Amino acid sequence: MSAHSSSSLSIRDLHASIGDKPILKGLTLDIPKGEVHAIMGKNGAGKSTLAKIMAGHPDYTVTSGDVLLDGESILGLEPDVRARLGLFLAFQYPMEIPGVTIANFIRAALQARLPEGEELEATDYYAKLYAKMDALSVPRNFTSRSVNEGFSGGEKKRCEILQMAMLEPSYAVLDETDSGLDIDALKIVSAGVNALRGPNIGMLVITHYQRLLDYIVPDKVHVMSEGRIIHSGDKDLALKLEAQGYDWVEKEFGESGTKAA
Amino acid sequence: MSITTTSPAEIGNSGNSSNSTNWPEWFSKDQNEAWELFQSLPQPKRNDEPWRFANLKALDLSEFQPAKPVEDKAVLIARSSGLADLAAKLVFANDALIHREVAGLPAGVLLLSLEQAATEHEELFRKHFMSTEARLGSKKFAALHRARLRSGAFVHVPRGVVIERPIEIWHWVEGENATILPHTLIVLGEGASVTVIDRFVSSRDERSLAIAVNDLTVGTNAKLHYVGVQEWSDKATAFHLNTTEVEKEGVSTALQMNLGGAYIRGESDSHLLGEGSRSVMLSINPANGTREIDQRTFQDHFSPRATSDLLYHNALADSSKTIFAGLIKVEEAAHETDAYQKVRNLMLSDEAEANSMPGLEILADNVRCTHGATSGELNEDELFYMMARGIAPKQAAQLIVRGFFGAVLEHLENRDLQDHLGEILDHKLNL
Repeated sequence: MSAHSSSSLSIRDLHASIGDKPILKGLTLDIPKGEVHAIMGKNGAGKSTLAKIMAGHPDYTVTSGDVLLDGESILGLEPDVRARLGLFLAFQYPMEIPGVTIANFIRAALQARLPEGEELEATDYYAKLYAKMDALSVPRNFTSRSVNEGFSGGEKKRCEILQMAMLEPSYAVLDETDSGLDIDALKIVSAGVNALRGPNIGMLVITHYQRLLDYIVPDKVHVMSEGRIIHSGDKDLALKLEAQGYDWVEKEFGESGTKAA
Repeated sequence: MSITTTSPAEIGNSGNSSNSTNWPEWFSKDQNEAWELFQSLPQPKRNDEPWRFANLKALDLSEFQPAKPVEDKAVLIARSSGLADLAAKLVFANDALIHREVAGLPAGVLLLSLEQAATEHEELFRKHFMSTEARLGSKKFAALHRARLRSGAFVHVPRGVVIERPIEIWHWVEGENATILPHTLIVLGEGASVTVIDRFVSSRDERSLAIAVNDLTVGTNAKLHYVGVQEWSDKATAFHLNTTEVEKEGVSTALQMNLGGAYIRGESDSHLLGEGSRSVMLSINPANGTREIDQRTFQDHFSPRATSDLLYHNALADSSKTIFAGLIKVEEAAHETDAYQKVRNLMLSDEAEANSMPGLEILADNVRCTHGATSGELNEDELFYMMARGIAPKQAAQLIVRGFFGAVLEHLENRDLQDHLGEILDHKLNL
C-alpha cells in the first residue's frame, strides 16, 4: 500500500467491462495530492474508459478492484456524489447542453456543493467567474452562451478547464484535453492547468501525444496497454515514447504483466 | 328555465349591477345574446374532433361561482411586480380594475378598461372586440366569456406610434371556486409597435375558473410582441382563447407560458390576412402532477407570401398529459406561403402522456409547409456530463428542461424580456 493512500486518488487492481467485454484488466495506479501523473497509450488501450469509470459512467460495470479517494471507496457512488467529494473529469468530448448558459451551469454545480438552504452569493460568484475566464482567455460574453453549443474544439476545452478552476476539485482527470487543439489553444489550456497545480490537487492527464506534456510537465508517466498500466517512469519516458513509439514498451513489459510502481 | 348542470349558473350575476352603470346600454343587449348562445350550444362531446383526447369531465363548470371583490387590493397591487422598466401597468383583481400606473405612454395611445373603451370609443371597440368566431372548439365558452364579461384591458396604439417599453397587465383571481373572465384587446395601427405581457395569477392556492380571451389586431407594418404568463394555482381550470389578425407586412410574436393550473385549454387562432404578414406562435408548457394542457392551434393563410412559425415545447413529468392539435391551412389566394409548425415533447416520466396531432390543408400553389411532432426523453450523456460536475440528477433534469424552454424564449427579440421570463421559469423550476 502506498504511503500516500490517505491523501491520494488510488486505483487498486481495477477490473471493469462494458457488457460482457472486459476493458480494464487489473489496473493499479496511485496519484498523490500535489502530483501530476500522465497516462499514455495507444488508441484502444482503455484510457478514456478508465476516466469514465472513475467518474461513474453507468455504461460500465466494475467487476473487481477499487477506486479510493483519500482512502474512501467511491465505487457504488453516483457520479454527482463523486464529483461533490472532489473528483473532476475534463471530458474528451464535452456535451452540448442547449439553452443552459455556462454561467447558470457552473452556478448550479457550485450551488450543489453548498448545504441545503444556503444560497451562492451572486456578486462573488460573477467576480470569480470573470477572473477565471480572463485567465483562460474565454470571452466574457460566453457566460450567456449555451454550454458548448457551437463552440470550437479549443473553446470547449477551455470551458472544461474553466469549470475545473471554478469547482476547485481535489483530484482531476483530464481526458485527452489536447485533442482538437491547435498550438495556441494548447498553450492557453496548459497554462490554465498549470495555474491550478499545487499541493491541494492531484491530476491525472490522459493523452495520446507527448506534445501536451511539453506544457504540462508530469511528475510521473504511465503507459497503459490492454486495460493495465504496464510501465511507469518519469517525464523522460514520454519523450522516449514519442521517439520510439509504443511497441518496445509493450514488448518489454506488456506480456510479463509487470505492474506500475 | 333551468340551467344545464354543466354551466356555472351564477357567473357574472353579481356583476350585472355594475355592468349597467359602467357599460353602455348596447353592450347589455350584446351580452344577453351571448348568454342565449352559450345556453343553446351543446357541451363538447366525446366524438367532437376539436375535443379529441380531451378530458370532458374538466368541462363541468357547475361548481364555479361568480368572483366576489377581493379582500385586500393593496396586497395584490404590491404583489403585481414583474418587469422593472415598464411603459404602463394595469392590475385587475376578480375582474375589476384596481390599479393603473403609467410611467410614460406616447400621445394618442389608449390604455383603458374595456368598459371605458366601449363607452368612449364605441366604433373601435365594436370593430375589434371578439370580432371573429372561436372556431377551435370553445365557441360555447367564448360565448360565456362574452355574456358575463365585467372588465378587461384595452390597448390601442395608433398609426406610427412605437412604445419602446412593455405594458404589463395583471389578472388576479381570488376565492374558492371563483370565476374570472380576463380579456385583453390589443389594436395596433399601421406601423405601430408594442410589447404587452399578460400575467395570470391566483392570489391563493384555491380552485378557480378563468375563461381568458385575447384579441390581437396587428395593422399594416405593425409589430406586436405578446406574452401570456399563466401561473394559476395547481387546482385551477382555465381556458385561454386567442385570436390574432395580421395585416400586410405586420408581425405578431405571441408566447403563452403555462406554468400552473390543473386543466388548461388553449386555443390560438392566427389569421394571416395581409400579404407578407407574419405570425410567430410560441408556447412553453412544463406539465407535472396530473396537469392537463390541451392546446389547439390554427395558422390560417389568406394572402400571398405570409409566414407563420409555430413552436411549442412541452416537458411532461409525473402523470401529466398534453394534447396538441394544430392545423396549417393555406387558402386559395395564399401563394408562396411559408408555414412551419413544430411541437416537441420532452418525456420525463413513463406515466406522462403526450398527444400530438399536426395537420395541413393546402389549397394554393407554390407553398412551403413544414410540420412535425417529436417526443424524446432526457439525453443520458447530457445527464452524465452534468452529474460529473456534481449536479444531482433531479436538478440536472430541471436544467435540461430549462434549456429546452430557453430554446423557445430565444425566438423573442427583446433580450430583457427573455431574461425576465427566464427568471420566472427558473423560479418555477426551482433553479
